[in-house]
Amino acid sequence: MLTFDLPTIWAFIIAFAIFAYVVMDGFDLGIGILFSWIPVGRERDTAMNTIAPVWDGNETWLVLGGGGLLAAFPLAYGTILSALYAPIVAMLLALIFRGVAFEFRWRDPRHRPYWDIAFSLGSIVAALAQGITLGALLQGIAVENRAYAGGWFDWLTPFSILVGASLVCGYALLGSTWLIMKSEGTLQVRCYRMAFGLGIATIVAIGAVSAATPFLSDVYWQRWFAWPQVLFTAQVPLLVAIATVVFFASLQRRHHYTPFLMALLVFTLSLAGLGISLFPYVVPPSMTIWDAAAPDASLKFMLVGAVVIVPIILAYTGYSYWVFRGKTGHEGYH
Amino acid sequence: MLHDADALSLARFQFAFTISFHFIFPAFSIGLASYLAVLESLWLRTGRALYLDLFKYWLKIFAVVFAMGVVSGIVMSYQIGTNWSVYSDKAGPVIGPLMAYEVLTAFFLEAGFLGVMLFGMNRVGRGLHFTATLAVAIGTFLSAFWILSANSWMQTPVGHTTNAAGQFVPVDWLAIVFNPSFPYRLVHTVFAAYLTTALAVGAVGAWHLLRERANEGARVMFSMAMGMITVVAPLQILAGDQHGLNTLEHQPVKVMAMEGHFKSYTDGAPLILFGWPDEAKAETLYAIEIPKASSLILKHSFDAPLKGLDSVDRKEWPPVAIVFWSFRVMVGLGMAMLGLAAFSLLARVMHRLYDWKLLHLLALVMGPAGFVAVIAGWVTTEVGRQPYTVHGLLRTVDSVSPLQAPAVATSLLAFIIVYFIVFGAGVFYILRLMSHPPQRGEEGPERDQPVRAAGLTPSPVVPESLTSPGGET
Repeated sequence: MLTFDLPTIWAFIIAFAIFAYVVMDGFDLGIGILFSWIPVGRERDTAMNTIAPVWDGNETWLVLGGGGLLAAFPLAYGTILSALYAPIVAMLLALIFRGVAFEFRWRDPRHRPYWDIAFSLGSIVAALAQGITLGALLQGIAVENRAYAGGWFDWLTPFSILVGASLVCGYALLGSTWLIMKSEGTLQVRCYRMAFGLGIATIVAIGAVSAATPFLSDVYWQRWFAWPQVLFTAQVPLLVAIATVVFFASLQRRHHYTPFLMALLVFTLSLAGLGISLFPYVVPPSMTIWDAAAPDASLKFMLVGAVVIVPIILAYTGYSYWVFRGKTGHEGYH
Repeated sequence: MLHDADALSLARFQFAFTISFHFIFPAFSIGLASYLAVLESLWLRTGRALYLDLFKYWLKIFAVVFAMGVVSGIVMSYQIGTNWSVYSDKAGPVIGPLMAYEVLTAFFLEAGFLGVMLFGMNRVGRGLHFTATLAVAIGTFLSAFWILSANSWMQTPVGHTTNAAGQFVPVDWLAIVFNPSFPYRLVHTVFAAYLTTALAVGAVGAWHLLRERANEGARVMFSMAMGMITVVAPLQILAGDQHGLNTLEHQPVKVMAMEGHFKSYTDGAPLILFGWPDEAKAETLYAIEIPKASSLILKHSFDAPLKGLDSVDRKEWPPVAIVFWSFRVMVGLGMAMLGLAAFSLLARVMHRLYDWKLLHLLALVMGPAGFVAVIAGWVTTEVGRQPYTVHGLLRTVDSVSPLQAPAVATSLLAFIIVYFIVFGAGVFYILRLMSHPPQRGEEGPERDQPVRAAGLTPSPVVPESLTSPGGET
C-alpha cells in the first residue's frame, strides 16, 4: 500500500521537518507560555538563557516546513495558507513579538516587563494559532478548482480550539521538562511542580483530541479501527500510556533528563497518530499528496539537496546544542 | 469585481510593505556579517585587542539586526501562500525548490552557528569561533544567492515548460538557477549590501570622531568604512550599468519606464534627468533632458534608435511614475556615494581622514543612504516588472489568492501596526547601541546575556586577557 515514489518521500521529509519544528520550537515556545509563572529576575533570566543560543535554529524548521511545502506540494501550500489566513497571520505576528523579545529584553532593562509580556503572549498566541491550524486542517478544507472554496471563519470550530489549547498545554509541558533538564535550585523545583500538572493536562488533551478525531470523518474512523489495521494503530495509544507512566515515575524520582525525553516521546507518538489519520491526504478530505505534488523534476532536484544537506544540518545543530550543554546559569562568565 | 480589485491592491501593498521592511535587515546583515568576519580575522592575525573590541561592538548590533531579519523573513515565507496562492500553485515547482535550497544551505547555517558566534566565545576555541563567524557570513551570502536566483527567474524566466494545470515545470535547472538576469542582480545586490553596511559603519565612526577625534576605535571603523566605499562605489556604478543593459535586453519596457520614454526615438534618445511622467497623457512633462545621452548610455551610440512605451500595448505598462522616480532616487544616492568616496580618498591621501569635520558630517548624513538606495532599487526592479509576477507569462492579477478585501485590509493594518512598534523599537535600540563610543574592553552580547554551564563545561579556551582586556566589572 505504501510505495516510495517521490511525493511519498517528500511527504515524509516534510513530516520530519514539522516534527523537528514541533519538538524543538515546542520547548522554547513552552518556556514563553510559562514565562508569567516564572518569577522575575534570576529564574526568568536563566529560563531565557537556556534557549537564547538555539531558538533561531529551532524556528528555521518552520521556514523549512513552509518552504518545503511550497516546493514539494505547491497546490497544498497555497490552499492551506489561504484557507487558514487568520490563524497563520496571527501566528506570524506572534512570532515577531516573541522573537525580538530575546534581544530587546536585554537591550532595554527599563521596558523589560513589556518585552517579557510580548515574549509570553507571543508564545501563547503562536502555539494556539498552530494548534488551530492543525485542527482546522484535520476537520477538512473545502477545495474547488485548485483553490480554497470555503468561508473566512471555517477554521473556527470547537474542535480547532480544542487542538489549539492542547498544543499550548503540550508545548508548556515540553518547556517545563526542558527547564528541569537545564536548571537547578528553585527554578527546577518549580518546573517539577508545573510539569506534573501539565503532564496531566496534556494527557487529557491528547485523549480528547484522539477521541474526537475519528468522529470528524469516516476515513479517520476506518484508518484507526478497521481490522486488521487496528492491531498496528493500537500500538500508538499503548505506547503513549507506557510513556505516561514512565514520565510520572521519573518526576517522582526527580530525574533530570527522563521527563523531557518522555515528553518528546509522547509528542512523537501524537505526530505519528496524526500521520496515520492524514496519510495520504495533504489537504483532507479531497487532496492527496499526489494531487498536490510538484512535478518530478522539482522533487528530484530538491531531493539531492535534502539527502546531502539535512544530515549536515543535524550534525551542526547537534554541535551547537553540545556547546551549550549542561546546566545554564543566570550570571556572567566571571 | 471592484471588490476583487481592492483585495488585489491591498495584497500587493501588503507584500510591498512587508518585503521592504524585511529587506532592510538582510541588506545590513549581509554586509555586517562579512565585516565581523574581517574584524575577527584581523584580531586573530594581529592580536590587536582593538579589533576584538570593534568585533564585539558590532556583534551586539548584529544580534539585534539579525533577530529582526529572522522574524520579518518568516512572514515572507508564508505570505506567498496566504496572499498569492495561485502564484504558489503555478510557480511553486520552479520557485519553491530554489527557496528550499535557501533554507537548507543558508538559513540553517546562519541559525546553527549564530548561537556560537554570539555567546560561544568563551566556550569554544578561537579557531572554532572564527569558523562560526565565517559560517554565518557565508550563510548570509548563500541566502542572497538563492533568493536572488528565484527573483531573477521571475524577471527573466527560462528553462521551463508549462503543463496542463498551467504550472511551470522545470526542464533545465542550471538554466533556471543561472537565468539571464541573475548574475547581474546578484552582483548589484551584494555590492549594495556592502555599501549599505559601509555607509552605516562610516556614519557611526564619523559621529564618534566628531565628538572625540582621538577615539581609536572610531578612527579604525571610519577608515575601514571609507576604504570600502572608495572601492565598492565605483564598482557598483559599473555593475548597475551592466545590469541596466541586461534589463534593456530582456525587459525593455522596464527600461522605458525608468527612462520616462513614452515616445520612440529614431535617431538618438535624450536622457531625461527630471520630469513628471504622466501616463494619461503618455508623455513626460516638464522634462529636463540631455539630447541623445540615453542612446549613448544604453546603446553606446549617439544616434541609436530607442523604442518607447508607445511601441507596446498600455496593458503592458508598469506604473511609470513610480519606476521613473525610484530609479532617480537610487542613481542620485549612488552618485552621492561616489562623491563621498572621492572626498574621503582625497582626505586619506592628504592624511586628513580623521581631521576634516566636513567629511565626517557628510559621512554622518550619508549613513542611511544605503538603506534608501536599496529600497529604491528594489522598487525600481519590482514595480518595473509589473503587470507580471512571472515576466511575460503570469500576470499579477492572475496570481492572487481568492481573498476578500476586508480580510487583507485587517491583516495589512495588523502588519503595519506591529512592524512600526516592533521594528521602531529595534531601530531605536540599534541607534542607542551606536551612540555608545567604541571603547577598550568592549562587552560582547554574552555580557548582558550570560550563558554558562556548570559541571561538564570545559574551562575557557581563550585567555581572558585576550577576550576582555580590562573589562572585568
